[in-house]
Amino acid sequence: MQKPRIRWHIAVFLAPAVLVYTAVMIFPLFNTLRLSLFSKIDQERVYVGLQNFQTLFGDPIWSEQFWNALGNNFWFFLIHMLVQNPIGIALAAILSHPRLRFAALYRSAIVIPTILSFVIVGFAWKLILSPIWGIAPSMLDAVGLKSLFAPWLGKEEYALTTLALISVWQFVGIPMMLIYAALLSIPEEVLEAGEIDGITGMSAFWKIKLPLILPSIGIISILTFVGNFNAFDLIYASQGALAGPDYSTDILGTFMYRTFFGFQLQLGDPHMGSAIAGAMFAIILIGVCLYLFGIQTRMRRYQL
Amino acid sequence: MKRKTISLLLASTLLAGTAATAEDVTLTIESWRNDDLTLWQDKIIPAFEAQNPGIKVKFTPSAPAEYNAVLNSKLDAGSAGDLITCRPFDASLALFEAGHLADLDDMEAMGNFSDVAKSAWQTDDGSASFCVPMASVIHGFIYNKDAFAELGLEVPTTEAEFFAALEAIKADGTYIPMAMGTNDQWEAATMGYNNIGPNYWKGEEGRLALIAGEQKLTDPQWVAPYETLAKWSDYMGDGYEAQTYPDSQNLFTLGRAAIYPAGSWEISGFNALADFEMGAFKPPVQNAGDTCYISDHTDIGIGMNAKTANPDAAKTFLAWVASPEFATIFGNALPGFFPLSSTPVELEDPLAKEIVGWRGECESTIRSTYQILSRGTPNLENDTWGASVAAIKGTSSPAELGQKLQDGLASWYAPQQ
Repeated sequence: MQKPRIRWHIAVFLAPAVLVYTAVMIFPLFNTLRLSLFSKIDQERVYVGLQNFQTLFGDPIWSEQFWNALGNNFWFFLIHMLVQNPIGIALAAILSHPRLRFAALYRSAIVIPTILSFVIVGFAWKLILSPIWGIAPSMLDAVGLKSLFAPWLGKEEYALTTLALISVWQFVGIPMMLIYAALLSIPEEVLEAGEIDGITGMSAFWKIKLPLILPSIGIISILTFVGNFNAFDLIYASQGALAGPDYSTDILGTFMYRTFFGFQLQLGDPHMGSAIAGAMFAIILIGVCLYLFGIQTRMRRYQL
Repeated sequence: MKRKTISLLLASTLLAGTAATAEDVTLTIESWRNDDLTLWQDKIIPAFEAQNPGIKVKFTPSAPAEYNAVLNSKLDAGSAGDLITCRPFDASLALFEAGHLADLDDMEAMGNFSDVAKSAWQTDDGSASFCVPMASVIHGFIYNKDAFAELGLEVPTTEAEFFAALEAIKADGTYIPMAMGTNDQWEAATMGYNNIGPNYWKGEEGRLALIAGEQKLTDPQWVAPYETLAKWSDYMGDGYEAQTYPDSQNLFTLGRAAIYPAGSWEISGFNALADFEMGAFKPPVQNAGDTCYISDHTDIGIGMNAKTANPDAAKTFLAWVASPEFATIFGNALPGFFPLSSTPVELEDPLAKEIVGWRGECESTIRSTYQILSRGTPNLENDTWGASVAAIKGTSSPAELGQKLQDGLASWYAPQQ
C-alpha cells in the first residue's frame, strides 16, 4: 500500500496568513486575557485569578463606571440600528431606482465621509456645532429656530446622542453600499413576475425586495454591533479620554483606554484595563453568537 | 557575580580613562522641553560654560509625550544622561524610589528654595529632596485693560467686587464677562477650583491638613469654592458647556471677553496674539484685608542621575541652576514659567512681573490634589475636574460634590478613613 503523500503545499500556502494573523491578532488577544488575571502588588506582577473581574463588577467605584459605559454603548448601538440602518436601506432603495439621475454622484457623496479620519470628523463637527464659531447656530437663526440650538456636545443629556448621530452621518454609506449591492443582485424576472401579479411600487419593495435583502440586513446589524462595541476613536477625538460631560459619553472603549493607559495624574493599570478589554470581548462574543445561532440559522433564504 | 566583575572592570577603565586624559567633562541633560532647545543652547549653556571651564553641557530633549517612557528605558539600560529634568510629584518620586535619582539634601544650594517649592520633588515625609526646583506656574485672572477702562471698572480685590465687575460687564453687553468653557473639564478645576480655592482653605495649611487627614473635603473651606464656582456660569457666555480651551483662549485674545481665568503659562502666547493691553489680578479674597493665597504650582525641576560618572560636575551644574543668575535667564526667556528660588528675580515682561509680584503679597501653595492624593482609584484630580464642571453647571449641589469626592478619597487613602 502506498503511503499517502503529505500535502506540504497546504501548509505552505496557509502559513503566511496564519503566522501574520497569529502574531497580530491571536497572540495579543490571548495575552490580554492572560494579563487580566494578574495584578501588580509592590512592583511585582502577581497572579490573582479572577480578582480583577471581581473588582470590576463588585466594587461600586468600578462597577458604576462599567455599567454606565455599557449602558451608553447600548444607546450608541440603538441609535445606529434605528437611524443608520433604516436610512441606509432607504438610500439604497432610492439609489437603485432606475430613473434616478446623478445616482453615481449621490452614491459617492454619501460614501465619502466613511473614508475620512475620525479625528477630522470629530473636529469638523465640533466646529460646526460650536456655539461660538459654529455654523449650526447661525443656520438655525436664519430659519428663525435659534431657540432650538443648544451646546449639544456640552450637555449631559444630548452629548451621546449627538455623537451617535455624527457617527451615523459618517458611516451611513456602508449599509447603503451593502444593501445597494444586494438590491442590484435581485433578478429582473422576479420583479417582473410580481408586476404581472399586480405587485408594484412600494409593495414590490416590502413584499419582494425586503425579504430578499434580509440576510444583508442581518450582516449589517452584526457589523454595526461589533463596530459600536469596539468604538473609541470618535469619542476620544471629540470629547477626550474623560468622555465628558460627566462621563455621559463614556463607552467601553474610552473606559478601557483610560484605565489601561492612565490619564493625567491617574497612572495606567494594564491589568484592570485588560479585565475591561476581556469583558468587552465577552460581550461582543455573546452578541455575535446570539446572532449566529439565534437569528442567522433561522433566517429564510431564497434561491434565486 | 561574573557580570558584576565585568561591569566593575568596565567602570574602572572608564574612570581611569577620564583621569588619564584630563579632558573636559561632558554633562548630558535629559528633558521633555524640546520647545526650549534654542534657549538652552544659546543662553543657558554658554552662560554656565563661561563660568565653569572644563565642564561641557549637552541638552538632549525628547518629545514630551514620550519622555517618561524613553527616560525609564534609558535609566534601566544605564544610558541616561547625567542630569534629568524632573516631572513634578509621583513620576519623579518613582524614579527616586527606584534609585535612579540622587538625594540632593546635602547640597547647600537647596537652601535657596522654600518648602513649597521643594514639595514636588520630596519623599512624602519630606526627608529627602531629589530635584532642584526650576520653575512654577501661577494662577490668577488676566483681564483686558482696554475693556476695563472703557467700562470704567476697577480691578477687583474682594469677591464682592469681582462679581460686581462681572455683573457690570454683563449689563453693558459688549464683552463676554469671563472666557472659560467646561467642555475640556480641566480648566474648571485648574483655573477654577484650584485658582480661587487656596483663599478658602488657607493654602498650605489646608492642603497639608487634608493630606494628614485632619480636614475633609466635606468641610466648609473645601466646599465653599464650589459654591462660588456655581455663580460663575451666569458670566461665562452662551454655550459655555461646549466651549473648549482653545475657544476660550481665542475669545479672550480676540478681545471678545473681558476676563480670563488663567495660568501664567498663557503669557507668551497671549502677548503674541492680543492687540490690547493686558493686566492681571490675583484670586479675590472673601473680605477686604484677608491674607491672600495663590496657587504657585511647581512644574519643572532638575535632578542628578544616581549612576552618573561625573557627580561633582553634575552638582556644580545643579548648584548653578539654583542660583539667581540661572533664574534670571530662564525667567526672562520663558515669561510665565517663574523661577522658584527665594531671591526675587527681575523680570522684564510687564504681565509676568505683575503676576510674580504676588509672591511678595500672598502665601504660596500648590494645587491641592497633586501631592499624594491622586495616587489611588478613583483619582482625586480627575474627579475634581468633573466636580468643578458639575458645580459650574449646577448639575450637583456643592455639598453633594464634597461628599462624593470625600467618599472617593476615603475609599483608598488611609488617613481619610
